[in-house]
Amino acid sequence: MSLETIDIAIIGGGPAGLTAALYASRARARTIVFEQAIPGGQIVTTDWIENYPGFPKGLSGQELGDLMLAQAEEFGAEIRTFATIERIEPVDLDFKILTSDGDEFLARAVIVATGAVPRKLGVPGEAEYTGRGVSWCATCDGALFKDKVVAVVGGGDAAVEEALFLTKFASLVYVIHRRDELRATKCIQERCFANEKIEVKWSRIVKEITGADGRVTGVDLAATNGEPDEHLPLDGVFLFVGIDPASDLVSGMLDLDEAGYIKTDHDGRTAWPGIYAAGDVTDTELKQVVTAAAKGASAAFEALRYIDERVCSI
Amino acid sequence: MSDMMQITDAGFESDVLENAKPVLLDFWAPWCGPCRMMEPVLKEIAEEHSDKIIIGKLNVDENPQTATKYDVLSIPTLLVFVNGEVAKKLVGAMPKKRLVDELAPWIG
Repeated sequence: MSLETIDIAIIGGGPAGLTAALYASRARARTIVFEQAIPGGQIVTTDWIENYPGFPKGLSGQELGDLMLAQAEEFGAEIRTFATIERIEPVDLDFKILTSDGDEFLARAVIVATGAVPRKLGVPGEAEYTGRGVSWCATCDGALFKDKVVAVVGGGDAAVEEALFLTKFASLVYVIHRRDELRATKCIQERCFANEKIEVKWSRIVKEITGADGRVTGVDLAATNGEPDEHLPLDGVFLFVGIDPASDLVSGMLDLDEAGYIKTDHDGRTAWPGIYAAGDVTDTELKQVVTAAAKGASAAFEALRYIDERVCSI
Repeated sequence: MSDMMQITDAGFESDVLENAKPVLLDFWAPWCGPCRMMEPVLKEIAEEHSDKIIIGKLNVDENPQTATKYDVLSIPTLLVFVNGEVAKKLVGAMPKKRLVDELAPWIG
C-alpha cells in the first residue's frame, strides 16, 4: 500500500480542526482533516449559537459547521468523514497516521482537535435504552417527543438550553439537577424559570433509567437533601451531565492533566514536538466555539512554522 | 431502478410490508444533520444492490404515524423489513463499510 505524504494531519473536524485547516490550507500546506463522524463536531447537535461573533441574531450549529467546512474546503483542505484514526506513530521527525480502514498517511505535523464527548451517567438502563428514549441530542431527537413528557439531566448551559429547546415539542420537561442551584449562564436560567413547561427537580440524582418493551418508561431518582426517593414516569431522558476529553488516541504520547485533557502552552504546543492540540480536548478553561476556533488558528500557525523551520535547517 | 423509494404513511403497507424484497427504511428529517450524511451512503447502496434490497426513505415530520408505530425515538434510524417484519434496527449515522456489514445477510 502506498503511503501518502501530507504536510499537516488534523484529527477532528469541529471548530478547532476546521479553523486549523483553513489556516493551514491558506498557507498552501497539504492538509487533511480526519473526522471520525461528520464535520462540525459538537455544534452540529447544538440548536442555536448566539455567542459566536459576527452573527448578531445567532445561527444554528449545523449552519455554522457547514460554513466553517465550506471555508476550509475553499482553500483546498481535504476533509475525510467517518475516518477514525487508530494510531499516530512517530517516524523520525514525521508521523505515520493509520486509519481504521487501513489507510496510511505520513504527516510532517499533527494537530489533535478530537474534542470532547458527552459524559455518561453510568447508571443501569442508560446503554440499553440509548436511541430508545435515552438521547444525548435534543436537536436530533426532540421532535420525536411531541406532546410527551421528558427529562433533561444536568444543570449547565447545555442542559438548560436543550430543555428550553425541548419545550417546543414536549408537553412537560423536567430538569433533574443534583444541586439546589443551576450552573447555567444567568440569561439562560432566566428563560428557564420563565418557561411554564419546565419543572426543575432540585437535588436529585438519577439512580436508574427504567424501561419496558424496548423503550424508556421513567427514571428512579434519589434525593440528596433528605427527601424521599421517587420514580418519575417519562417518555424520554436527555443527558447533559458534562463532557469528557476524547484523548485516548494520544494518552501514551502526550502529557494529559488529571481529567484527561491535553496539556498545551498558549500557542497549542504539546509535550511532543510536531504535535499540536486545540479545542475542547485541551486543558483550556473556556470551552466555546470562538475559543476552539482561535486555538485552531494558533495551532496551525505553530505547525506551519515547525514545518518551515525543519526545511530550512536541512 | 437504483433510486431510493419515498415512503409515506399512506403507502407504507404496500410499499414496505407487502414488498417481495427486503426493504431498508431510513427514518429521517430535513433538520437532522447526521441524516444528511447518510444520504450519499444510502444512495450508493441503492445503486450497488438494487437487485437485492429496496432502499426507502421516510420523512418523520410528514409521516409521524409510521415513526410512532415503530418506536422511532432517535434519527437516523434504519429498519430492515423482511416479509413485513422488522429484521434489524440500526440507530445513528454510520460509515458505509459498517452499514454494508450490517446488511450482509441480505446483500452479501
